[in-house]
Amino acid sequence: MPRRKGAPEVNAGSMADIAFLLLIFFLVTTTIETDAGLDRMLPPMEPPEEDVVIKQKNIFTVNINKNGQLLVEDELMDLKGLRKAAMDFLENGADGSCNYCQGRKDPASSDNPSKAIISLKNDRETKYSTYITVQNELVGAYNDLRNREASKLYGRDFTDMEAEYLNPETPSSVRDDLKDKVKRVQDMFPQKLSEAETSTN
Amino acid sequence: MGNFRRNKKKLPAISTASLPDIVFMLLFFFMTVTTIKNTPILVDNNLPKADQIKKLEMKERVIEIYVGKPTEELSKVLGSEPKIQLDDRLAHVNEVAPYVLSEIAKRPDAIRNTMTVSLKVDKKVKMGIVSDIKEELRKVNLLKVNYTTFEGNQLSQLQ
Repeated sequence: MPRRKGAPEVNAGSMADIAFLLLIFFLVTTTIETDAGLDRMLPPMEPPEEDVVIKQKNIFTVNINKNGQLLVEDELMDLKGLRKAAMDFLENGADGSCNYCQGRKDPASSDNPSKAIISLKNDRETKYSTYITVQNELVGAYNDLRNREASKLYGRDFTDMEAEYLNPETPSSVRDDLKDKVKRVQDMFPQKLSEAETSTN
Repeated sequence: MGNFRRNKKKLPAISTASLPDIVFMLLFFFMTVTTIKNTPILVDNNLPKADQIKKLEMKERVIEIYVGKPTEELSKVLGSEPKIQLDDRLAHVNEVAPYVLSEIAKRPDAIRNTMTVSLKVDKKVKMGIVSDIKEELRKVNLLKVNYTTFEGNQLSQLQ
């Protein structure tokens, strides 16, 4: 008997099963990429040739003890207030040479952003998550200040510009343009975050 | 009621023809956003959260160091003290520097100066072991580190 409707339809009902099988395979064998984090530079091993004298008022000390409590400039502080305190310190601008700072110009605090140093100390028993949170807040203080200046100068966030600049997929013409802008904002608030050696007690 | 029954008889089967398409879409999503882990993880690796993070571009410029307490099966043998995992084995702090140097030697000359060490440290680990690793890295003059974290609100994890 001749067929009237041509070749019979292929049953595609099991297609979903096959696809599910593959899906489950990929679900169990893979993990979502977690490759993002806080970039830091460690201090070099060799001490600098000449002793640099840094005034005490230009150093913002943050101490973390083994219970995760913070001692900021010799005062106990809550984690939530740390970013604000760091920002106040960085843009204090006591010597008046920093015309974009909005700080209080308190003579007992930092002279200008390029001299201001944040010193972070921790105990050997400090929990890593606490340490990362503190680092995050301090980097956040720099980023907030840089974002403010970048949006004033170029109308966009510094973190956006930096991410686009560092992205290898960005065309090189755009990157050359961004390079100067990123550099300029970075120089306004240079990141000086010192990680001192851990105390043993 | 008779009316209802008649309706039920006439109810057409729901077409499942588009089900494979939906599943394939999910499949492709997972295939693109995930990477196959080439090294088995021997230590607990629950990273802390942070939100001021930068992406680690260019995989070939990254050296990974895992720190955490051994996984459940291994902790019966090795105890629950945090350990360092280099590549696919557990190692002592002293071995960090030689390992990092040997990894650098494997890379082409051009990128040797721009290597980053990605520290994947479990959030329950104490800072002592992390400081030891940092000291080792300073000794071999590898100063660019990245504390790899998950993205999220960092203040919520402490409560």
